[in-house]
Amino acid sequence: MYVAVKGGEAAIDNAHRLLAEIRRGDPAVPELTVAQIREQMRLLVDRVMTEGSLYDPDLAALALKQARGDVVEAVFLVRAYRTTLPRFGATEAVDTGAMTLARRISATFKDLPGGQVLGPTFDYTHRLVDFGLADGAGPEPAAEAEPEADAAACPRVTDLLGQAGLLEPSPPDEGAAIGDLTREPVDYPVDRAVRLQGLARGDEGFLLALGYSTQRGYGRTHPFVGEIRVGAVELAFTPEELGFPVSLGTVELTECQMINQFHGHGAVPPQFTRGYGLVFGQGERKAMAMALVDRSLRAAELGEAVAVPAQDQEFVLAHCDSLQATGFVEHMKLPHYVDFQAELELVRRLRAEHAARSAVPPSPDSDEAPLREAAE
Amino acid sequence: MNAPDLASATVSAGTGYNFAYLDEGTKRMIRRAILKAIAIPGYQVPFAAREMPMPYGWGTGGVQVTAAILGAADVLKVIDQGADDTTNAVSIRRFFTATAGIATTTRTAEATVIQTRHRIPEAPLAEGQVLVYQVPIPEPLRFLEPRETETRQLHALAEYGLMHVKLYEDIARHGHIATTYAYPVEVAGRYVMDPSPTPKFDNPKMDDCPALQLFGAGREKRIYAIPPHTRVRSLDFEDHPFRVQSFDRPCALCGAEDVYLDEVVLDDAGGRMFVCSDTDHCETRRADGHTGEAA
Repeated sequence: MYVAVKGGEAAIDNAHRLLAEIRRGDPAVPELTVAQIREQMRLLVDRVMTEGSLYDPDLAALALKQARGDVVEAVFLVRAYRTTLPRFGATEAVDTGAMTLARRISATFKDLPGGQVLGPTFDYTHRLVDFGLADGAGPEPAAEAEPEADAAACPRVTDLLGQAGLLEPSPPDEGAAIGDLTREPVDYPVDRAVRLQGLARGDEGFLLALGYSTQRGYGRTHPFVGEIRVGAVELAFTPEELGFPVSLGTVELTECQMINQFHGHGAVPPQFTRGYGLVFGQGERKAMAMALVDRSLRAAELGEAVAVPAQDQEFVLAHCDSLQATGFVEHMKLPHYVDFQAELELVRRLRAEHAARSAVPPSPDSDEAPLREAAE
Repeated sequence: MNAPDLASATVSAGTGYNFAYLDEGTKRMIRRAILKAIAIPGYQVPFAAREMPMPYGWGTGGVQVTAAILGAADVLKVIDQGADDTTNAVSIRRFFTATAGIATTTRTAEATVIQTRHRIPEAPLAEGQVLVYQVPIPEPLRFLEPRETETRQLHALAEYGLMHVKLYEDIARHGHIATTYAYPVEVAGRYVMDPSPTPKFDNPKMDDCPALQLFGAGREKRIYAIPPHTRVRSLDFEDHPFRVQSFDRPCALCGAEDVYLDEVVLDDAGGRMFVCSDTDHCETRRADGHTGEAA
């Protein structure tokens, strides 16, 4: 005998308690601290900050702990928290040219003012599992170098090329209001500032695949890595009551300037164009993918055909957010039995009609004839 | 919806969040969108949907609309698939109990605000009630034209030929219009609107409804509305008039006919029974002494 399913409340409570217990894992193994995650899972923390659109390493680390290491879930926690934070205003634009560099490479020039600074990178490691890490072997102390004379000796590559007019300049800052896709609904088509916001918080995997697709012929952009720089920049804010900028501290950023071939058109001479990527912390893969997709999304502006997914801003921006994507995909877990019942009824009716038609061979004056005519 | 007063614009005790979670600035923004939506029935008003503490797809749009209109004296009912006790309905009801401290109910007649996913209650709604729908894809033309820039233009020009061709092709191919839920409607003779994935069985309830109907789509950042006593017409053709699903048996528990039924699989030998999808309607009828064959 069927009784209407009750007890949803108790089931939810119990599921949450079980989740908390499973999250902790074997109690005989020491519990992870937030500081351990922040220090030793730093790239993961950086990714959660970037896609969570909130620079707070401790909060991101805590979110990762709560999310059992699930990146999208951790991003979700950070975003939901971010929603509730008051807004005091916008900071001054950061000057990445004045960055305290941890790493700086260019693939377009063998040497350049400031030099190539490898910094901490996996790039030239052999991917051999280091079993020593399992035994808790400590690292060798890092090599030390004399500090560089001053940061001005390390200008951005794009500024070097720009001086000769070979590279399109950054559009001048005219003080125009900048959209905020977290505070205004996206109204397509959107300008580059809003697109970059969307890409910056977009899912790394999705942007990686899209950027990759442009390299394989779906909207080729002939890119070169003009420069990737990783390091700390100072953040300044001008409170209304003071009227002059005060330093809020530093944030770590990764910036990628992708340089792309461009043949020019009409009044625009041939020159290199740019794609731009910027993320919190060290996130070179994401910054590069973002730069590739940013350049692709400029197709219309640069007079190129918009033909492939990576050039289509509605396609890219409407689908790059991991929270929106995961929410809508995973909501299929919620009950849909009312709709399914509606479909059941239709399929049963169609099947009954199909069976009736199959039983009687169609003749010119059967019901079948007008249907077929309509279908043609 | 009771007019939100100053007392409601305070931090709810114990949660550390504002009344009904959202800050007052956000609520004001949402209320403006709601007012615009009411002024232009069936028109999708863009709004700056916030990231909510439940996932997109779980009703963030409906939750934001509800949060924006709730006052301290409101009585909230939440249903999912017509039932008050489905897990997500329980979760959303708890969310508002915790953040707004308001009274909740499972009785349709007692509620001032009803948030729903996929159903309209069987009991007729009354003046003064608000029905808040959770909407996944607000754009009725989305699966015919994926681009927002295009669909907005089609709505502006009231160019709904695409939709009629789609319905015609259904008839040509299947002999029926093969849309069984989220069946498009024309609101106040102007905008074609997605009624959210309610079964088309519920479409007639939207027409000339004395309650205010609000629709919130969080992920897609749209709000739309049907003001009370507005004409809502399900799209159809003269020779293929709109008709709703019918069931060939009454509810097995309360004996109700002309209601939407859930099919419950009882065993692995083909045994099944049909019961009211609207649990409150079923319980009310049984309390009134109605019985079905299995009760």
